[in-house]
Amino acid sequence: MSALERRAKQGDASDGASPLGRPLSRADGPDKVQGRATYALEQPVAGVLHCVLVQSTVGAGRVVSIDRNAAEASPGVRLVLDAGNSLRLRPVSDFYGNKPEGETYTPFAEVVEHNGELVAAVVADTLEEARAAARLVTITYEDAAVIASFADARAGEGRPVEAQDKGWGDVDAALAAAPVVISQTYETPREYNTPIEPHGLVAHWEADDRLTVYEPSQWVDGMAQHFADWFGLAFENVRIVSPFIGGGFGSKGQPLPHSAVAAIAAKMLGRPVKLAVTRPQTFTAYGGRPGTRQTLTLGADRDGRILALDHEGANETAATKTFVETLGVVTSMMYAVPNLRSRHRIVPVNTVTPGAFRAPGKNPSAFGLECAMDELAEALAMDPLELRRLNEPDHDFENGKPWSSRRLLQAYDVGAQAFGWARRNRTPRSMRDGRQLIGWGMAVGTHPVYSSPAEAMVRILADGSVEVLSSAIDMGTGTYTILAQTAADALGVPAERVTVRLGDSRLPRAPVAGGSQLANLMVGAVHKTALAARDELIALGLGDPASPLRDRANTLSVEGGRVMTPRGEAVGIAELLAATGRSVIEVKRDTLPEGERSDEERRKFFTTMAGMERGANLPVSRHSFCAHFIEVRVDEDFGTVRVSRVVSALDAGRLYNPKLADSQFKGGIVMGIGMALLEEGVVDPRNGRILNANLADYRIATNADVPAIETISVGEPDYAATPLGGKAVGELAIVGVAPAIANAVYHATGKRIRRLPITLESLV
Amino acid sequence: MIDFDYARASSLEEAATRSRLPGAMLLAGGTTLIDLAKCDVVRPELVIDITRLPGLRDIAVEGDRIRIGALATMSRVAADPGLRAEAPAVTQSLLLAASAQLRAMATIGGNLLQRTRCSYFRDPAAYPACNKRAPGSGCSAIGGVARGHAVLGGSDACIAVYPGDLAVALTALGASVVTTDREIAIEAFFLAPGDTPERETILTPGEIITGVSIPRGPVARSSTYLKVRDRQSYEFASASAAVGIELDGSTIRDIRIALGGIATVPWRAQAVEEALRGRALDETTIRTASRLAVEGAVAHGGNAYKIELGARVVARAILTAGGLQ
Repeated sequence: MSALERRAKQGDASDGASPLGRPLSRADGPDKVQGRATYALEQPVAGVLHCVLVQSTVGAGRVVSIDRNAAEASPGVRLVLDAGNSLRLRPVSDFYGNKPEGETYTPFAEVVEHNGELVAAVVADTLEEARAAARLVTITYEDAAVIASFADARAGEGRPVEAQDKGWGDVDAALAAAPVVISQTYETPREYNTPIEPHGLVAHWEADDRLTVYEPSQWVDGMAQHFADWFGLAFENVRIVSPFIGGGFGSKGQPLPHSAVAAIAAKMLGRPVKLAVTRPQTFTAYGGRPGTRQTLTLGADRDGRILALDHEGANETAATKTFVETLGVVTSMMYAVPNLRSRHRIVPVNTVTPGAFRAPGKNPSAFGLECAMDELAEALAMDPLELRRLNEPDHDFENGKPWSSRRLLQAYDVGAQAFGWARRNRTPRSMRDGRQLIGWGMAVGTHPVYSSPAEAMVRILADGSVEVLSSAIDMGTGTYTILAQTAADALGVPAERVTVRLGDSRLPRAPVAGGSQLANLMVGAVHKTALAARDELIALGLGDPASPLRDRANTLSVEGGRVMTPRGEAVGIAELLAATGRSVIEVKRDTLPEGERSDEERRKFFTTMAGMERGANLPVSRHSFCAHFIEVRVDEDFGTVRVSRVVSALDAGRLYNPKLADSQFKGGIVMGIGMALLEEGVVDPRNGRILNANLADYRIATNADVPAIETISVGEPDYAATPLGGKAVGELAIVGVAPAIANAVYHATGKRIRRLPITLESLV
Repeated sequence: MIDFDYARASSLEEAATRSRLPGAMLLAGGTTLIDLAKCDVVRPELVIDITRLPGLRDIAVEGDRIRIGALATMSRVAADPGLRAEAPAVTQSLLLAASAQLRAMATIGGNLLQRTRCSYFRDPAAYPACNKRAPGSGCSAIGGVARGHAVLGGSDACIAVYPGDLAVALTALGASVVTTDREIAIEAFFLAPGDTPERETILTPGEIITGVSIPRGPVARSSTYLKVRDRQSYEFASASAAVGIELDGSTIRDIRIALGGIATVPWRAQAVEEALRGRALDETTIRTASRLAVEGAVAHGGNAYKIELGARVVARAILTAGGLQ
């Protein structure tokens, strides 16, 4: 297949015989199903001690004293750690730019700022001994007033985040003149990442200045740098190992306070230390999505053309640390809005610092916007899909750039057709089945395309098999699989002949697996590297005196693992390597911008966010898009909402593996169902305690909550977005699910619920 | 390490004798004991494993009773076709409870004794005040977030909800709990908290549940269990109702009703029963009478919805049991 032919192919299984684009099953699947995949806490490190965390039981206050005596005297205990006796580290900024105050850093709180904050830890010979002793650590607090959430009036209005300000036109004048205006406030609660593999690590000092950490990671190079900075080590002296990750959803991108604890304890004791964060502890060991609140005011003419949009967003943040859930991101780019203003505030409360959780910003942003669009359609007596079609922008109004591609109109057509949207009666409460009210709702989602450079190594081995090496990770998303497909595609070998090694900071470097960027950038890096390896193989075949193909042709190709001439004479790759006395062809390439740079400058591309291109330097605006069409059934007596049908049409560009992309889409939709109807961190307003810190009471969707989901890819290769034509996949599909459900609930019941989750009491 | 002694009982007598020792607790399926030990709510000194005791797993329909052994697992009982025919509400209450994994482990006797999901009860580190855990220490739920707490049967000392499903079905059907010492009508078995929320049943030290006994009859055969919750599976009831009904044409000859998820104990709705006995099976009548189920209900911290929901769940369960659904 020529390059030109390939460009014209749809991003789906019609890529045909070429390995990239085929719906292969997950390469890591059999190992996981059969228990052979080794997760961080299963790594066979000899002689480990066990560390158990002690978290605060008050929401705010100074730690007056910690009595370690009883715990220290408990059987098997090696060390009881708190701020008083912990090794002090160097302060390092977190992922969000918060740098601990002071000359030195300890992961243990001296002043508690949220309930469940890390205060002490116990290390013992066995887990059971450490657990028992952890209960004996007695902490005395000087209680301070607790502002548990921004629902507490004492939290106030917080402070503005001017960097998030955006706007154009004259919003006030346009709203004043608009014949139809709606204005409403939408809220989402605290939500938690709850990956099925809880956090934890094994920290092992192989020498005084060499640390190996087995920890689930969405970014091994960034985490290695973070540990190195904490302990004043060279980057190369820290090794992060994370071949398999049981989900992260944004929560495993950086070392967390407990990560420091294990490394400190291991250093102080001269023994490897294993630390497992318990499921209840995960709810306060790191933050998920903060509580958000948005007020949207939309003005339109009587035909439905949007005239102005005014947006005020706010999210909870920690008492002294900043996390911004960027609520204006979808608001400002989704529709053709001639006058727009968006403002954002953060409100400090006594919570753990919130963090990235699948489609941060985009997801709650779309909840507000897409509910408001439904309300506007209602006010206009218009079909909500028609309202969106009418306001489809021909370019990105936020930055004036053309779209790299935007196939949302196609998604509307295809999704509406598959769902049967045309049969919808617009009147609320107009459809029922017995005692079940039926509602149909729709909403739109989007996710930007980000890109960062990466390195990759490709090795063609003596037996003709191929290895791909990268420090990129696979958290169940399919990296192992699509990189094998990519190398196979470029090299002309079957995908089964390619082995991919990932998740080790000793391997060629990669940026964070976040922002849905990893697949595109790694496919690009591996493709480039594999092509270079193929060129080397061909050069060997053409030029090596011992090559069986020497002087047989001017060009050679590689197909099916065989190197061949245009006339069809062929030798296997292994045969060619043997004949020419080569044991391996090893090629390493990167996708860094051209230019000379020092090792340190080079490293920064992979250990900081410096290399991430969010679009500012590009001539086009890059986004994936989706349209969700959802049916709910609401029991008229009980107010229980069940999602009964989902059709989503998605434009994520070319799909490197339609089966795995579909899994990502469906996973996002399932998570969106939980967000809409179930998930909420319940906070005790008296002390900031999380009251449902376990997986029975913090409700995520079960299989029984998930109906048949039909996903339809309407994407086409978008080479203006990424080198191989893909766009953002992983975080796309969750965006827009919650508003589609909320809109469907309104259609079913006539009740507009503007706060998630939509639980039965709001509809009883 | 928190040490405890473990003993495998070889006879009921031995188990009974040992269970009188201080700090002793029985282990059957372990789904409550191990969970609460992890939360540090219970810390047994002696665990007496009764899982190998013979003769306590049978499910038998004999004469006018259905007898289920205390050590039969929820999943096995739920799969029993005889029980399904004779008392469908019991089968349904089991199938709608917990998860498949938990049902495979948990036993009938242990199920009855499962303890509340009150967040404050389950978090002793942050909430030392809990009258159920530490009598006289206070109640952290009153004045706190209490969306899941009881609106019926509470006291100033405790508003923790009884979380189970099976006991609700058994209460509706007038079952009894059989112990090593006696047979106890299930309504007498569970104790409302009053001033002593730490006492949840009338079991005395050394008394062990050996099974449950359900009366056969038209009421049990036409019974249903309705469970309402936000999540479709693996969640405790926001409200539930078990109803058994005997019709004479379209007249309600006999009816028995119990509620779950809204009260401190499985809650028999006798006032509704009395209002409906002899009346026509009619939706308006049923809905009016069902409101009697929640008479006297008291709301706390976000659970007011349970009052309305409880009445509606009763009404719908009656409609279903009566074939009007």
